[in-house]
Amino acid sequence: MTATLFAILYYVATLLLVVGVAMKMRRYAKAPAPLKIPTMPAPRTMKGVYFRMFREVVVFESLFKSNKWIWLFGYLFHFGMLVVVLRHFRYVTYDIWWWLELIQPFGIYASYLMVIGLMGLLVRRIVVERIRYISSPSDYLMLILLIAIAATGMGMTFVQPVDIVAVKGFFLGLLRLQINPLPSSPMLLIHLALVALLMIIFPISKLMHGPGIFFSPTRNQIDNSREKRHIAPWAKKLEE
Amino acid sequence: MAKLDMNAEGGPKFMADPFTIPDIKCGAMEDLDSYMAHPKHNTDLGFPGELIDNWQEVAIAKIGELAEKNRAFQVYLDSCVKCGACTDKCHYFLGTGDPKNMPVARQDLLRSVYRRYYTFAGKYFPKLVGARDLTREVLDEWYNYYHQCSQCRRCSVFCPYGIDTAEISMAARDIMNAVGKGQKYCNEIIAKAQDVGNNLGLNPKALRATLEDLEEDLEEETGLSVRIPLDEKGADILLITPSADFFADPHIDGLLGYAKVFHEAGVSWTVSSYASEAANFGMFIGSYENMRTLSLRIRQAAIDLGVKRIVFGECGHAWRVAYSFLNTLAGPFDFLDQDYPIPQHIMEFTHDMIQKGELNFDKSRNDHIRLTYHDSCNVARGAGMGGYEGGQFDLPREVLKACCNNYFDMDRDTTHESTFCCGGGGGLLTDELMDLRVKGASPRMTALKDVTDEHGVTHMAAICAICKTQFSKVMPKYGYEMDSIMSVHQLVASALILTGQEIEEDTAPEGNGVATEVSS
Repeated sequence: MTATLFAILYYVATLLLVVGVAMKMRRYAKAPAPLKIPTMPAPRTMKGVYFRMFREVVVFESLFKSNKWIWLFGYLFHFGMLVVVLRHFRYVTYDIWWWLELIQPFGIYASYLMVIGLMGLLVRRIVVERIRYISSPSDYLMLILLIAIAATGMGMTFVQPVDIVAVKGFFLGLLRLQINPLPSSPMLLIHLALVALLMIIFPISKLMHGPGIFFSPTRNQIDNSREKRHIAPWAKKLEE
Repeated sequence: MAKLDMNAEGGPKFMADPFTIPDIKCGAMEDLDSYMAHPKHNTDLGFPGELIDNWQEVAIAKIGELAEKNRAFQVYLDSCVKCGACTDKCHYFLGTGDPKNMPVARQDLLRSVYRRYYTFAGKYFPKLVGARDLTREVLDEWYNYYHQCSQCRRCSVFCPYGIDTAEISMAARDIMNAVGKGQKYCNEIIAKAQDVGNNLGLNPKALRATLEDLEEDLEEETGLSVRIPLDEKGADILLITPSADFFADPHIDGLLGYAKVFHEAGVSWTVSSYASEAANFGMFIGSYENMRTLSLRIRQAAIDLGVKRIVFGECGHAWRVAYSFLNTLAGPFDFLDQDYPIPQHIMEFTHDMIQKGELNFDKSRNDHIRLTYHDSCNVARGAGMGGYEGGQFDLPREVLKACCNNYFDMDRDTTHESTFCCGGGGGLLTDELMDLRVKGASPRMTALKDVTDEHGVTHMAAICAICKTQFSKVMPKYGYEMDSIMSVHQLVASALILTGQEIEEDTAPEGNGVATEVSS
């Protein structure tokens, strides 16, 4: 029964995540940028733009320039989460790839970083008057949701171990459209339910900043407006 | 220079340093109100004259329309995570402490409404995500706080996603215009520029008289016939310059500088009475159509006069429109000489001449000045120069150092791409907003005071007509002389010795006893 419920939940959550994000990205891609608005100084070649975007996505360059505390906590959280998520690939691959094997031990430490980062962001959101002013309930809840996901995940490693082989069996089953048994540990079920919730709200929340940054005209445009004419289709019609 | 003791009660305040974060003062600037446009000025620009009955419906629809027409608007409304990185980056927040002047809070005035009508969470859980209905109070709040943004884009430098509050504030003004809630300053000026050809409403006859007077001044000063031609067909270069260059101080001295440089270069050039304005306030109100209409005048003037090149004078947002948008709005310029940048900045022209060694400077003529340079936001963050990344920072400084011995930069975090706005950009250069303008200038004034304390800096140069006007009004309130703000080409003009010019010993300004020092 639990297994069936979670199977349905994960099929639905995956569908909403993939379709939702794809639809949003399609909307971003379809909306033209009528004018060249890169934040200057901007790269003058496409290669340069790739490098700028790489720096933004991989080291959070602008955030680093802006505020070292937010950068530190944000970076710990995102980097920790990346390693943790990669580590979870072992639940959906039959054979474990060599690099996946390699990062397994680091995944544990990464979870510490993730939680430290999230806690730092949460404390700042509460303590720093300016950030408290701009925060909505959802901004706190999002951090709390992520902390809860990390905490239950760590709980299964440190407090109440679960039969992870069975968990793997369950997820490999989902990939083959089979419903295999799922251990009924409360910690696991809460963890899985919260992750599904995160997947569902991803496309309709500020989490879209992840895909969004690649569409940000101030970061992805080339500084070549004098050399190459840029015109949006709707603006072209004004010329007819 | 007057004593820098302005922290008296009620007066404008220097900050401990230019980045001092103020305590939050809710509602500090909520009573500020920019004058509303006269109905005629709205209708001149194709907007409803007064607030329409179904304004709410139209405004909401306009949000959707802009989201489809402008990727930046759509992506920026969705992407903000409220991280807070931008909260201490706006000069108006630093100067006023009003939290709605924090970039993210300013964006949220509109984002909250977008969420209410265009997102799942906002439709069904408005309280949870801070979504709200578009009420009359919200509209009034938009009008107030979107006219407290100078669209300087400093926040966009520091946002991890590059969210540009200027894009949101332009869109907000576009939406307000669409429902008949236009601002007097911008709309009146755009209407004038579209009718007469410049923001001042200076007709061709008056313009000709002004330029002839200036030619006489130049002849008196140099003993040479240095011309400022108007509407001369067949000239090589069309100069498009802000109309403030024709009458305001220190702008006019900049114009004399361009004339001297062109004279020395031996090129033929002309001003156009039809397109006698570089400024394009269409950008400030986020109206592509109005921006395009104004830009097309420049194209038309270039065609009518048969010029080969277009050169822009010292104007910040005009250079953004020229450099980044002109090719889009009024191109392609295939009828111009493709060997030169289209358009070119006067700074590029002068810099080129200096590189070639064709300008003869007597730098000592500027020795009574200890100078710094204010990067204007639209040049720094909205445009380029010199054909390479960051040229907009180097060229003006190199030109200044070529004609001044005493040059000192302000704190690096207040210059280049991190420059602080003068406090008067983006359509706020109007008297009823003086309180905001003075407060918004405080980070820049504080950075200036620091170099005054450290290096004895007496003057600041800029290449933006709005900056120059703003500073000449605001600097006296911070204890500087009104003429402490200078045009870059004003300094060029005073050091430039023209070929054949007779030098009288007593024309050189007297030094003020400050030891000459060459900065690196």
